[in-house]
Amino acid sequence: MQKSQAEIIQEAEEAKTTQTQTERDSAPTRPKMRRRLKVAHPERCIGCLGCMFACSRTRTGTVSLDSSAIKVRTQGGIEGDYRVVVCRACRDPPCARACPTGALEKKADGKVVFHKDLCTGCGSCEKACLVGAIALGKEKMPIKCIHCGACVEFCPHGVLEIEEIPVEGD
Amino acid sequence: MLRKVLYIDLTRQESWVEERQELFQSWMGGTGVGIRLLQEECPPGTNPLSPEAPIILSIGPLNGVFPVATKTAATFKSPLTGNLGESYAGGRLSLALRFAGHEALVIRGRAERPSYISINDQEVRIKDATSIWGVDAQTTGIILRDREPGVGRRSIIRIGPAGEAAVRFACVMVDTYRHFGRLGLGAVFGSKNLKALVVAGTEHVDVPDIKRYKEVYNRLYKTAVQTEVMEKYHDIGTSVNINVLNWLRGLPTKNFLLSSFPEGEKISGEAFADKHLLRRFSCAGCPIGCVHIAALKTAFSEHHEFEVRRVSYDYEPIYSLGSNLGVKTAEGILQLIDACERLGLDVMSAGVVLSWATEALEKKLITEKETMGVPLQWNEVEGYAGALDLMVRAPNEFYASLARGAEYAAKKYGGLEYAMTLGGNEVSGYHTGPASIVGQLVGVRHSHLDNAGYGIDQKAIKKPLSPETMVDEIIKEDNSRGVFNSLVGCLFARGVYSEENIIDSLGAVGIEKSKDDLQDLGRRIFEEKYKFKVQEGFDLSAARVPRRFYETVSAAGMVTEESIVEMVKIYREKRGWS
Repeated sequence: MQKSQAEIIQEAEEAKTTQTQTERDSAPTRPKMRRRLKVAHPERCIGCLGCMFACSRTRTGTVSLDSSAIKVRTQGGIEGDYRVVVCRACRDPPCARACPTGALEKKADGKVVFHKDLCTGCGSCEKACLVGAIALGKEKMPIKCIHCGACVEFCPHGVLEIEEIPVEGD
Repeated sequence: MLRKVLYIDLTRQESWVEERQELFQSWMGGTGVGIRLLQEECPPGTNPLSPEAPIILSIGPLNGVFPVATKTAATFKSPLTGNLGESYAGGRLSLALRFAGHEALVIRGRAERPSYISINDQEVRIKDATSIWGVDAQTTGIILRDREPGVGRRSIIRIGPAGEAAVRFACVMVDTYRHFGRLGLGAVFGSKNLKALVVAGTEHVDVPDIKRYKEVYNRLYKTAVQTEVMEKYHDIGTSVNINVLNWLRGLPTKNFLLSSFPEGEKISGEAFADKHLLRRFSCAGCPIGCVHIAALKTAFSEHHEFEVRRVSYDYEPIYSLGSNLGVKTAEGILQLIDACERLGLDVMSAGVVLSWATEALEKKLITEKETMGVPLQWNEVEGYAGALDLMVRAPNEFYASLARGAEYAAKKYGGLEYAMTLGGNEVSGYHTGPASIVGQLVGVRHSHLDNAGYGIDQKAIKKPLSPETMVDEIIKEDNSRGVFNSLVGCLFARGVYSEENIIDSLGAVGIEKSKDDLQDLGRRIFEEKYKFKVQEGFDLSAARVPRRFYETVSAAGMVTEESIVEMVKIYREKRGWS
């Protein structure tokens, strides 16, 4: 059921985000940029889980919490605060470094891509990420955020934003 | 779609799953499936607190799949009314049941000692709860959180001391701040030695056509968040009605002696929002965030030492424990709501029982001997908090009677004409006119949400409606809500789910229904419920209406007994019962 990254990216682009940063023209003098999902206002989260459903809907075409790359955690139940866990798009991504088979590969543009055919489901990536942003799903494959921004559209309180960051070394 | 019923027998300590394809096909889910399972499981005349009385929890095809379809239906025999018990709760329960793969759950029997049920996907375990028997409802949640898996996607539902003590209007707390509030499900849990139920799952739901699904999802989502249909709920919340009804003279005050509260401004939704609102949150799958949490900060010494409690509030508790008890401060109301939360009492019934007791004491039907010196007087918050505790501990006959509801207590001590119950259930916060009274009287569970008669009254204030038109509206709501409660949607979102949107959303999960099919379903569900009600002794022609309704001016002016009798007569004729 898992879709290719190209399909996901295409769909995500169709679901254009409203973030103003992304609408800015890239002037020729500006460094090359890449998109990063950001938890801009975690304290505004109401725990509706709309982002998680949006993620799994876009990624896998199913209704699921467990195949979402973004995670809304409770801390001390609903009485406590919510914690929104997203991939930080690290410059030196420990998930890719930890991957023994090259299934997670850091590209020149700073993105980490996942090669399903190389993955053995060892879980090293999950252990390497302190944030808890990457985890193995039911099929024992990592569920990885691609910073597409599908979740942003389904957050009713503006907790999430897509920002642009310079590609390293450019 | 799932089509299975999970059966759990506490006496035999066993559980099993049955495929019930036909049941779901004919009765959809939620309350439709709930009433049919109740008929199967609950023989005529069953004692609601006996092992033979079942607890049925059911969700519907839209739960977890579409926005604002967040409710779980509980169906049981009510220990408060001795008749049909039905209650709905949000939180994360419907989602947890969906992803655990259980669309309906039947709990039978009685455990030998205090127990809780843990459901983790297909694994069902009945575990010992001896060490948490007697623990308040909130703390029970905290303890089980550390013991059970499924952080962030599970649901923990539990009772407090009131349920254990079989207070007839004990509630079941759902994930904190949400409840199966009405009609005493908490006492049924207690009678089964069932302290809690924890549900978590990791399944997913496949939809037949992802494109169609996304199209319908986006449409419903946008209607919920970008239009005015749910505006009220994500601003001030339901408590916005305190001021509205107070101005209309429809806010029950001091046990319905008055219908407006001179101090109403101080306990309005606006006052709560300005002074106490801490945050809001949502049931899983709802973008609205209608759950309003207040911070109640109380000093416990002169040295700037405070305790802070987080208390959820809504219109109904502000009415029942506020205006209805003459409580003039938001702090006082929050303190009483918090007391009910810890004990595990239904706030609505608790307030109405206390307001009857206050008036009965004022009129000397009872004395300080019965109340054990507790000052049951309007606005006496400490006295009321003490009385709530005593209702649960039941140290004398009087408090034991209160624990059986206002009608029971009034039959024993007098004051039946102002024991504010309809169909045995303590009434909600509306003295808006005849449709509210008739609506709650004829409703299957005698709740204002059966058919929203209060809304019909408010329409009639703007543009007069004939008794016949009002009855037609009640019947229409009775039936259509049966369908909505089978999906199971949140009634706050009924504006999002037009008939067309219901048909489209069902279609997107592979259930093709026409308008006629839905109307037929609504009618059949209503009829099955009434069959159960009649079987258990409910007689609409003999149902009691407290005289107080006719003595206090309503938002629609004075309501006469004749007008109520006439509307009930029309109702019975239209239902074909005369």
